[in-house]
Amino acid sequence: MALLEVRDLSVVFQRKGEEPFRAVDGVSFDVEPGQTVGLVGESGCGKSVTSLAIMGLLPKRGVTITGSVSYDGTDLLKLSDKEMRDRRGRDLGMVFQDPLSSLNPVVPIGLQVTEVLERHRGMARKEAMVEAKTLLDKVGIPDPNRRLKEYPHQLSGGMRQRALIAIALACRPKLLIADEPTTALDVTIQAQILTLMKELVHDLGTALVMITHDLGVVAGLCDEVNVLYGGKVVEKAMRHKLFAEPRHPYTHGLLASIPRLDAPRGEKLTPIKGSVADNIPWSQGCAFAPRCPNALDVCTRETPAEEAQLGRLLRCHNPVVPGTPAAEEVSV
Amino acid sequence: MVLGLSAKKEKIDATAGVSLAASAWKRLRRSPVFLTGAVIIGLFILVSLLAPWLAPHNPADPMLIDQVVKARNEIPPSQPGHPLGGDLQGRDFLSRVLVGSQQTLIVGVVATLFGLTGGLILGTLAGALGGWVDSLVMRVVDVMLSLPSLLLAFSIAAMFSRPSQFTVILAVSIVQIPVFARLLRGSMLAQRHSDHVLAATALGVKKGAIVFRHMLPNSLGPVIVQSTLVLATAIIEAAALSFLGLGNPDDRTPEWGQMLGDVQKVFDTHPHLAAWPAICIIIVALGFTLMGETLREALDPKNRR
Repeated sequence: MALLEVRDLSVVFQRKGEEPFRAVDGVSFDVEPGQTVGLVGESGCGKSVTSLAIMGLLPKRGVTITGSVSYDGTDLLKLSDKEMRDRRGRDLGMVFQDPLSSLNPVVPIGLQVTEVLERHRGMARKEAMVEAKTLLDKVGIPDPNRRLKEYPHQLSGGMRQRALIAIALACRPKLLIADEPTTALDVTIQAQILTLMKELVHDLGTALVMITHDLGVVAGLCDEVNVLYGGKVVEKAMRHKLFAEPRHPYTHGLLASIPRLDAPRGEKLTPIKGSVADNIPWSQGCAFAPRCPNALDVCTRETPAEEAQLGRLLRCHNPVVPGTPAAEEVSV
Repeated sequence: MVLGLSAKKEKIDATAGVSLAASAWKRLRRSPVFLTGAVIIGLFILVSLLAPWLAPHNPADPMLIDQVVKARNEIPPSQPGHPLGGDLQGRDFLSRVLVGSQQTLIVGVVATLFGLTGGLILGTLAGALGGWVDSLVMRVVDVMLSLPSLLLAFSIAAMFSRPSQFTVILAVSIVQIPVFARLLRGSMLAQRHSDHVLAATALGVKKGAIVFRHMLPNSLGPVIVQSTLVLATAIIEAAALSFLGLGNPDDRTPEWGQMLGDVQKVFDTHPHLAAWPAICIIIVALGFTLMGETLREALDPKNRR
């Protein structure tokens, strides 16, 4: 049994007088200890909502969550608020996107680290401060004694993200969810943070769910990749397989749209046409069909079923034939 | 070389973060409006603290009175030893004006503190709990704000059969509560949906700690600034209550608003008796307003350069 088993997770947002909106639609995946699983997709595909649903951080009102999220055998969706609060930070850690706004601006870093230690590990302030120093040391923050006394605005972006990771890992959670942890950082710092996360996952045996829109992050970190589109997993495969042979036209498009350094000068970028606003509902057909270069008639009539084939799951009527080059160029 | 580099880096690190307070102070120091307000308030506090020593006479003692022909006792004019003369009862007017600042300071500060405390409690309740508590508190606040504040203070003060300094403070502070409550609730709500509160929730931090460690300290800024502005209103309202006769009936302790009220019938002949306390009230209220307004501007992140 895997550490985290997400089965058929659906999140529906319902507002008075509006059509219910299905942000996550039957997502299933497993995470083993020490494994890194990526959830990839563009803005609005349901990545973050999936993570918030696992953590139980979605508002109660107007949100319906169905399916199951079983962690070590217990269904997290069935736990009471109090039980869930006890687990958050202790069993489940989370790192957010923007390290500056995720830290309390008026509390020194040290207190923000010790807060979790005092809460979940029952440490006294003094003991927790010592532990906090080791933690900051471990995530590679130089001069931890000084940093403990400083406020978030006095730290650089990379250091803030390191501090957040230290806080998330303070109680050695078995599962860490990272929601675009490198988006707000510049490229060199991104690489450092990813390396750090890789090392920590390796050393502590933490299972990591990596949420990102950046395929570079996926390539560097994830073992298994789930590509989300319109709230559904459209393709799931091991990293190498996915990068070598993307079968879903959306995955193919995502990979083709990455600018290449070895491309000749003046070569145009290849975006995926249209935007999420063009989606058709999954109940009607394939949500990606209006933007899909491979779309057939059947794509707008029938919902594609999830098919397992050779170590990958695919949801497509007309998958890309392996070896197809990038879609036709579009002038930007 | 290596040493030089690291020293330089240290310096950059030290100057990198300019806190809001530091940058606000930098701007305030150069603002003539703030300095004017600060000087007025500084002088006012100094005078009220030193009033017993500054005042040439005891403000409660009358000058010599003709006990035989009482009608001869007119309001003493300016004379050696009594530069501003005496008041209706023949007490040294200068001393009364100086010592009167004490009452104004006490009433202003205590009423603001009471109002602030009440507003903090109600605002935190509304902002932290939300739901029906929020609706209830906010409706009460709306009702209180819909009444003119002076009228409300007047009604509250009039409910007490024996008016005293304390009833004035109570009336004025109750009137200030809704202003603080609404302000705090607003910024608490904004904090509630902020990323760092979500992050703290994701760490399993308990509700109480989230409210008092994460939400409240980040919401206090506008409330603190508002309290300097409220000080001015509180002083004016307290003076108004005393002027209307709802203040402390014991006139041995001088109070500017009361002094103003007492001399109404001799205003035609002795306008200076009304002018001095009135000018004092206006200047002190102006001082607090100038200081509060510039403080608000300086702490507004939108004005940050």
